[in-house]
Amino acid sequence: MDLAAVTGSLSSIGYGLAAIGPGIGVGIVFAAYITSTARQPESAGLTRTYMFLGFAIVEALALFGLVLGFIWAG
Amino acid sequence: MAGEPAILASDFPPGVKDFDFEGLVPGLGQAVTKVTILAWLAAALIIVFFLVAYRKPKLVPTKTQWMAESMYGFVRDGVATEVIGAKRGLRFAPYLTTLFLFIIVMNFFGIIPFLQISPNSHISFPMFLTAITYVMFLYLGIRKHGFFGYIKHTLILPGVPWPMHFLLVPIEFVQNFLTRPVTLAVRLFANMFAGHLLLLVFTLGGVALMNAQTVFFRPLSVVSWAMAIIMTFFELIVAALQAYVFVILTASYVESSLADEH
Repeated sequence: MDLAAVTGSLSSIGYGLAAIGPGIGVGIVFAAYITSTARQPESAGLTRTYMFLGFAIVEALALFGLVLGFIWAG
Repeated sequence: MAGEPAILASDFPPGVKDFDFEGLVPGLGQAVTKVTILAWLAAALIIVFFLVAYRKPKLVPTKTQWMAESMYGFVRDGVATEVIGAKRGLRFAPYLTTLFLFIIVMNFFGIIPFLQISPNSHISFPMFLTAITYVMFLYLGIRKHGFFGYIKHTLILPGVPWPMHFLLVPIEFVQNFLTRPVTLAVRLFANMFAGHLLLLVFTLGGVALMNAQTVFFRPLSVVSWAMAIIMTFFELIVAALQAYVFVILTASYVESSLADEH
């Protein structure tokens, strides 16, 4: 008798794990942007580019997780 | 319920199969599908719009001309000159504007009624757009620094103690030449793919709940469809954001190739 049998797609669990890091990272990126804008509102335009760059790079691993989840969906 | 419903609840768990379309021209297989037509439509829309807007340019712009000019101005001032630099960036503004508009129009096709699929949710379109970016920043870097100069410029960080290079050179190589193009393509693709799937889950989920055996589940389909509407607006933001991110990353890769120092 299996006590803890997992049925269904394991890759969806893998995607959930892959999304943890980027979730935290994206939060940090936007929090830092809001903090810097609150301290120095005139720097908002200057740092917006870097915010999107950082956001795009941090997000990449979650997207890999999503795609790989479909590739190994089985 | 009288008659067969148009959308069956058996479609419910949506998957990769929902991205396959039948060929429209018999005999050509999958060469011309809805996705192909939409990609042509996007290109045609942009070309026609800019031809019309700039047929008779006036000093005091008309509404259409103002729209075209502000689109170009947005990319030129917000991306090209801001990321690449005031003098060098101007040269890349036309290409970046074209790229931005092409991607954003294709992304918007994902939420326009009856079209409702973005060509970018097929990996081949982001892959090709990325290939252009990849070749462009490699070519620009090699033209400016020479082949070995460019390799050295990219891989060797200045001001680092020499034993660190054993660690840093492989990291820099993987980052600049492998993950850059892969992430650029996958980011756009995965966002559009996931967005389309999300809309399918809520729309088909509503149908599945409507046809549920348990009567108490049926009113919940309204909640599911309300979520589908909310997600459509969310997709509107994602479509614009991903086009912006793609262009800004392209600009920053070009900038890193053209930079004098690392």
